[in-house]
Amino acid sequence: MNLAWRDVRHNLFRFVLTCLGLSLLMAVVLAMIGIYNGLVADALNIARAPKADLWVVEAGTSGPFAEASKIPAGTRDAVARLHGVVEAGSITYQTVEASHAGRALRLYVIGHEPGRPGGPRAIAEGRAIGRSHFEIVADRKTGLRLGDRIRLGRNDFTVVGLVEDVMNSGGDPAAFITLADAQVLQSQLAPPAQRVQEARGAGLLQSADTVAAVIARLEPGANLAGVAHTVRQWKHLGALTQAEQEAVLLGSVVDRAKRQIGLFLAILLTVSAVVIALIIYTMTMEKLKQIATLKLIGASDRTIVGLIVQQSLALGLVGWSFGLMLILLVKDYFPRRVVLEPFNAAVLAGIIVVVCIAASGLGVRAALKVDPATAIGG
Amino acid sequence: MASPRTPLVEIEAVSKHFGSGSTRVDALRGIDLTVRQGEVVALLGPSGSGKTTLLNIIGCIIPATEGRLTLDGELVFDGRWLRGDLRRLRLDKIGFIFQFHNLLPFLNARDNVALVLTLAGRPAAEAQRRAQELLDYLEVGHRAAAMPALLSGGEAQRVAIARALANRPRIILADEPTAALDSKRAGIVMDLLRKVAAEQEACIVAVTHDEKIYDRFDKLFHLRDGVLEDQAEAVA
Repeated sequence: MNLAWRDVRHNLFRFVLTCLGLSLLMAVVLAMIGIYNGLVADALNIARAPKADLWVVEAGTSGPFAEASKIPAGTRDAVARLHGVVEAGSITYQTVEASHAGRALRLYVIGHEPGRPGGPRAIAEGRAIGRSHFEIVADRKTGLRLGDRIRLGRNDFTVVGLVEDVMNSGGDPAAFITLADAQVLQSQLAPPAQRVQEARGAGLLQSADTVAAVIARLEPGANLAGVAHTVRQWKHLGALTQAEQEAVLLGSVVDRAKRQIGLFLAILLTVSAVVIALIIYTMTMEKLKQIATLKLIGASDRTIVGLIVQQSLALGLVGWSFGLMLILLVKDYFPRRVVLEPFNAAVLAGIIVVVCIAASGLGVRAALKVDPATAIGG
Repeated sequence: MASPRTPLVEIEAVSKHFGSGSTRVDALRGIDLTVRQGEVVALLGPSGSGKTTLLNIIGCIIPATEGRLTLDGELVFDGRWLRGDLRRLRLDKIGFIFQFHNLLPFLNARDNVALVLTLAGRPAAEAQRRAQELLDYLEVGHRAAAMPALLSGGEAQRVAIARALANRPRIILADEPTAALDSKRAGIVMDLLRKVAAEQEACIVAVTHDEKIYDRFDKLFHLRDGVLEDQAEAVA
């Protein structure tokens, strides 16, 4: 005879209401974990999309994501000729504020050379860029659809393909265009003063043929460190391996957000523990007479502890389940990507079990202190 | 009426005091009392006379300060508890009936009775069968599936008696068993307790203030200021 379950069934409505309250708290915890994962996944996605082995950037920078980097476009040919390099491609990154269907649209525009490294990893719908100009492949989160036209700078681009889950660490959805279009867009979006200078001919002194980075893919078994060392010997260039690039992203770009969310998670878990402890304590205090009666008729401490701990665990795990269902239902409505892995949910369940056992300590203590004599008398 | 029947509760020179020094309260002083199989006895006295304290000592809930207590032939207290597991002792030897029945509100009548058997380690099916038998015996078998909140006062008290009898204890302690009942139902419950004592070879020790049921007891023990007054008054 499971006393905990019988008690829960007897007060089912109140139990379910309490679980629902707790589940909202769990949903917030899971959302925070999902947002954090999304942040990391977005940051890594954008860096992993080109399937690069080596990132050649401006010397002294950790570009192109953590810092601005500008190198001559001709660098690509020099890198491609290095021993061990299979292919290389130039790439640019810039954030553009565009307008579409009457609303502002913030895009992370990636300029790449079709047929070379740097393009989208996989096309979800439509096709890759096939023409030299004015075609765009955008992430679904932009809200753009195949055939839509969007104005970037002074030119209209046609959406020919859609990709999924390609965003920068700030959550801006990506849009791929050709490198040539991206370079033009960069100059068109330059400050008016610069355009004035260019109109007077002064701009000609500064070459527009620059890129943010050159991506290199190496042949299997090639000496990655050796190639990177060679690149670094060219004084105006730096080189980051893919692993170093990802480390820069996680350690620098999303580090503060990661710590912020981690702290918030710790606070939420503490609040959850306090809430569970208070609920269990209140539930126990309401049952003191029943507990005294149980003790008097011969129930062991184990039976009584089981009654409290099982209810506490049921509360936590039902709250966790409801919370998980809730967040899975609403996660796609979040403005930023919410990525929940089964591992995260399992770890939270483990934490909840520990929290519930610890939180029920207060109630168990009160129950074990109950004098069975209190069952006798009014 | 002299009886050769087995003593089930034997109390010898039991005293109990609370506190010490100037705050010391002598709740019981030198109590000697014997209750035999089949007897239904009452502990009477004004508030603070020590009735409940004595009931708690017999129920192995609190220890006496000094004296000896023998239950069903086993010396369980001699200045200290002689058994480590008092809950098991209570489970095996003693049944409790409370003033407000104290049924667990989340178990139906049958499960309230079966619980005691389950705690004693009986299989669930056997516990359920015995619980139903007891409820039938006490004429509330038709209410076995009812939750305590839906039982009348008399029905609830019968279920509580069934629970007290579940493990076939030989000592039944009752705290104001009729206080929550009207006089008619109080009489019925007392008749039931007498029947139980006779048929289950048990004894019943009750604390009561209910003068209407004094005539249903074999003996009345009067307590005043922690002292048992003279001899037990035998009820004609």
